[in-house]
Amino acid sequence: MSGMVGSPALRAGGPARVTGSYRYLGDLRLPGVLHAKLVTLDCARARIRSVDTAAARRVPGVAAVMTAADLPQPVPRFGPQYRDRPVLATGETKYHGEPVAAVAAETLDAAEEAARLVRVDYEERPAVSSLAAALAPGAPLVQDPALRPGDPLAGTNVLHEHCYGWGDVGSAASDLVVAGSYTFPMVTHFAIERHGFIAAPDGDGIRIWSTIQHPYWLQRIIAGLLNLPLAKVQVLAPDPGGGFGGKQHAKYEPLVALMALRCGRPVRLILTLEETFQAVRRNSAEVRVRTGFRSDGTITFREIEADYLLGAYADISDRVVGKGSYISCGPYRVPAARIVARSVLSHTPPSTAFRGFGTPQALWAAESNLDEAARELGIDPLELRLRNLPRGGEVFIPGDRPADGQWEQTVRKAAELAGWGTPLPAGHGRGISLGIKSGPTTGLSYATVRLLADGSVIMSAGTSDMGQGARTVYAQIVSDELGVPADRITLVMGDTSVVCYDQQTSASRSTVLMGNAVVAACREIQAKVAAMAARLHGVSASEVEVGQGTVRLPDREVPITEILKPGLGSLGGEVIGNGESRKEAVPGHPLSGNAAFYEFNCTAVEAKVDEGTGDVTVVRYATVSDVGKAINPLQVRGQDEGAAIQGLGHTLMEHYVLDESGRIRNLGAIDYRIPTSMDLPLDLRSGVVENADGPGPYGSKGMSEGALLAVAPAVAAAVTDATGAVIRDLPLTPERVWRALSQRPLRAPARQLAKEMQR
Amino acid sequence: MSRTTPIRLTVNGVPRRVAAEPQHTLLDLLRDDLGLTGTKECCLEGECGACTVSLDGRIVDACLVLAPEADGAEVTTIEGVAADGSLTPLQQSFLDCGAVQCGYCTPGQVMAARDLLARIPHPSVSQIQEAMAGNLCRCGCYRQITEAVVAASAAADR
Repeated sequence: MSGMVGSPALRAGGPARVTGSYRYLGDLRLPGVLHAKLVTLDCARARIRSVDTAAARRVPGVAAVMTAADLPQPVPRFGPQYRDRPVLATGETKYHGEPVAAVAAETLDAAEEAARLVRVDYEERPAVSSLAAALAPGAPLVQDPALRPGDPLAGTNVLHEHCYGWGDVGSAASDLVVAGSYTFPMVTHFAIERHGFIAAPDGDGIRIWSTIQHPYWLQRIIAGLLNLPLAKVQVLAPDPGGGFGGKQHAKYEPLVALMALRCGRPVRLILTLEETFQAVRRNSAEVRVRTGFRSDGTITFREIEADYLLGAYADISDRVVGKGSYISCGPYRVPAARIVARSVLSHTPPSTAFRGFGTPQALWAAESNLDEAARELGIDPLELRLRNLPRGGEVFIPGDRPADGQWEQTVRKAAELAGWGTPLPAGHGRGISLGIKSGPTTGLSYATVRLLADGSVIMSAGTSDMGQGARTVYAQIVSDELGVPADRITLVMGDTSVVCYDQQTSASRSTVLMGNAVVAACREIQAKVAAMAARLHGVSASEVEVGQGTVRLPDREVPITEILKPGLGSLGGEVIGNGESRKEAVPGHPLSGNAAFYEFNCTAVEAKVDEGTGDVTVVRYATVSDVGKAINPLQVRGQDEGAAIQGLGHTLMEHYVLDESGRIRNLGAIDYRIPTSMDLPLDLRSGVVENADGPGPYGSKGMSEGALLAVAPAVAAAVTDATGAVIRDLPLTPERVWRALSQRPLRAPARQLAKEMQR
Repeated sequence: MSRTTPIRLTVNGVPRRVAAEPQHTLLDLLRDDLGLTGTKECCLEGECGACTVSLDGRIVDACLVLAPEADGAEVTTIEGVAADGSLTPLQQSFLDCGAVQCGYCTPGQVMAARDLLARIPHPSVSQIQEAMAGNLCRCGCYRQITEAVVAASAAADR
C-alpha cells in the first residue's frame, strides 16, 4: 500500500463532518447534566464589595451559585507559566468579562435567568488597557506584586523583559539607518466552535471534557488543583472545531470541575461567541525597529524594541513574547543585533497563543522597515531580501539551528507566482515579504500502533486534530509503513486514560514530532514481523527486510499481512509497536531549546486601492512555503491558503475596539468582522518547495503557521507601492487607508524618523 | 417559565411533535429537543451561518427563527441531506476538494451550497462567493468550498 505519503488522501473523519454526524464537544449529551452560566460585570476593572446570590438561588432548577467565597481559600490560581489566574475573580475583576460567579442549573434557561439575578455590588476602578496607560508612571497595577516575590519588576506592569543579541550594534558602520514604529491590533481567534467544558465526578476521580488542544497539560493543571493523581483525572478531548492556539490552555475547566464536585453531578459550560472574545485574543504590540545598511543594501545591524500588551493574566503569553521576539530580525544575515521585548500586563482579556506565536507582530514591523529601507536605498524589495538571505546551512542566529532550507527557491517561486517585475496597471502596487518562525524547542510524543490479526490497525496518538488533518497524515504514514489500506486503520485520540502522553499540539509540531513517533512505532512492528518471518521460513533475521508493507525474504517478497496470520499462531493476538519522539531542552539556550525546524514562507501581493474610499483589493496573492515534504498536498494547500486568509483578517479588518475604561465595544460576529468568501484575493496562488530536508517523516517540516507570518507587511507594501502612503498601524481598514491617502504630502521621510529615534 | 408550545413540523421527511419553550429557537428545537446536533451553534445572531437549515425550501439561520414560527414547516437539516446513507455529489466534492478542515462550519456550508445549486444549477464563481458569504469558515477554506460547488455543479450533468 505504498504511495499514500505524498498523495492528496482525503481527510480522515471527513464523511462524519459533511453529514453532521461528528460529535464535537457541544454535541455531547450527558444524562443528569447541569448547565452553567457565568456572571460578569459590564466593566473591566472593579472592586467587588459583595455578591448577593439569594434571588438567583430561588430560581427553580438552580443547583448551585458559586462565588469566590464558595471556593477553597485562598482562591486557587492556575496558569501554564505563572499561577496567576484565579478560578473566579476574588476582590477585584481585572478585565471585561472576568467571571465573579457562576450558576449551575437544570436548564440553560434557568442558569441564564439566575445569572442575571446575581447582584454584585461593585465599584468601577481606573483600568489600563493600552501600552501607554500600563507603562505610565503611577499606572494602576494589574497584578498583586505578592504573586511575584523577589521580582524587581513586580511593582510595575512589566511582567518580564526578554533581551537577546549578538555582535556590537554600536560599532556597526552603516551608510543608512532606517527606523520606524509599528503597531499590531488586538485580534481574536474566532474558532467557529466556541470553547466548551464539561466536568463529571467519576468515583474517586474526575472526568473532564474540553475543546482543549493540550489534554495532557490540562490533566496536570486539574490534578494539581484538586490534589488528585494524574491517573484519576481523565481528560476527554473531542477533535476541536478550530483552535489556532486559542484552545491550548485551561480556561474554565477548573471552575467547572469544582462546580461538578460540589453538585455531585456533571456540569457543562459552553461559552457564547462573545465570551470567547473575552477568553482569548492575540497580544497587541508596538514594535520599534532600527536597521543599518550599507549602500548596496547589506544589513549591518538591527535593533528591535517590542512591547506586547498582555491581558490581566499571563496564560502562555510571556512565552509568546519571548519566542516571537527572539526571531524578530527575520531570516537574514544580521551581524549585530539587539532585541528587547517586554510583556506588559493590562486590564484586558488574557491574551494567549495564536497562530504565529508572537512572530506576526514582530515581522509586521521588521519587514515593513525593510521596505522603507528599500525605497530609501532605491533597491528592489525582492533584491534587498535576497541580498541578505542566508544560504542553506548558514548560521543566522548565533547558537541556533542554521538555515534549514534552500530559502532562495521559496522566494523566487513566490515572486514568479506574483508576476514580480512584470508591468502593472495604473493604481496597482506590489509587495513582497518573508516569514520565519521557530518550530518547537522541546517535545515529547508517544505513539502506539497495533497491527491486529486480520491485518487492520488501531493507532493511538495524543495529538489534537483541530483541522490541520493530523489523523489523515498519521493514517498515510501507517498505511505506507505497514501496507494497510487507510480504511482499515482506526485512529484513537483525545482520551488521556487510553492514549499515551503527548506534550502538546502547537508550534506546527504534529507531523514532525508525533509523526516521527508513529514511524518509530511502525518500525518496531516491522522488526517484530521480520523476526516472525525468519522463524517461519527458517532463515536468519538478518536475511529478512521489512519495509513499506512488504517482507523481503531471500527468495521472494510477500506482504506483511501474509506473514502475520501464521506468525501470530493459533491464539491470534496482535503485534504492538511503541514509538517515542523526543526533542530535549538545551541548557543555556535563550528559548531553552533550539528550533526543531523553521517555518519559512514568502508572500507576494498585488493590490489596488480605491482612492475615494480607501478600500484595498488584493488582486493577486502568492504564498509559498518550504515544507520539506508535503505528506498530503491537499492538506498543505488548505493550511497555507487558510493561514493566508486568516492573516488577511488582522491585515485588513480585524481589531478589538475598547472604550476608555477597557470595555470591549465590538463583541460578537456583527461588530467584529473576519474574512468571508467575498474577501478572497481575486487570484490566489499557493506553492511549496520540497527538498525533503526537514526533521520529520520523509523529510517533512511543520508548516501550519508560516503562511500567516508575512501577510500584513506584504499587503501594506503593495498599498504603499500603489499609493505612496506609508501606514505603520494595522489593520488597513478603509478609514485608515483613506486618512493616510489624504495625508500623503505631510508624511515624514523615514530617514528623518531615524534621526528622531536615535535621539 | 416552562409554558411550552406544541409544535408540529416535518424534519427530514419525518413528522415530529415537540413541546417547545416559546423563547427557544428552531436551533434549540433541532439540537436539544430532537437531538439533531449536525446543525451547529456559534454566533446566535445570524452572522456566521453555522446553523443554516432549509425551512420550507429556503435556507435560514435556525438561530434567528423562533421555534413556534416553525410550526407546520418542512425542515431539512444536514442529517437529511444524505438520507440514503451515501454522500451526495456535493458532500463528496467538499471532501475531494479539501473544503473540510476542522469541519465545524461544514454542515452550514453544505446546506447553503445545496440551496444555491437548487436555485442556480451552474453558478459562476462570483455567484458562489456571494451566495456563500453568510457562512464563515475560520480555517479559510473559501477557495476549496468554491471549487467544491463548481465540481458538484459539473457532476450533476454527468
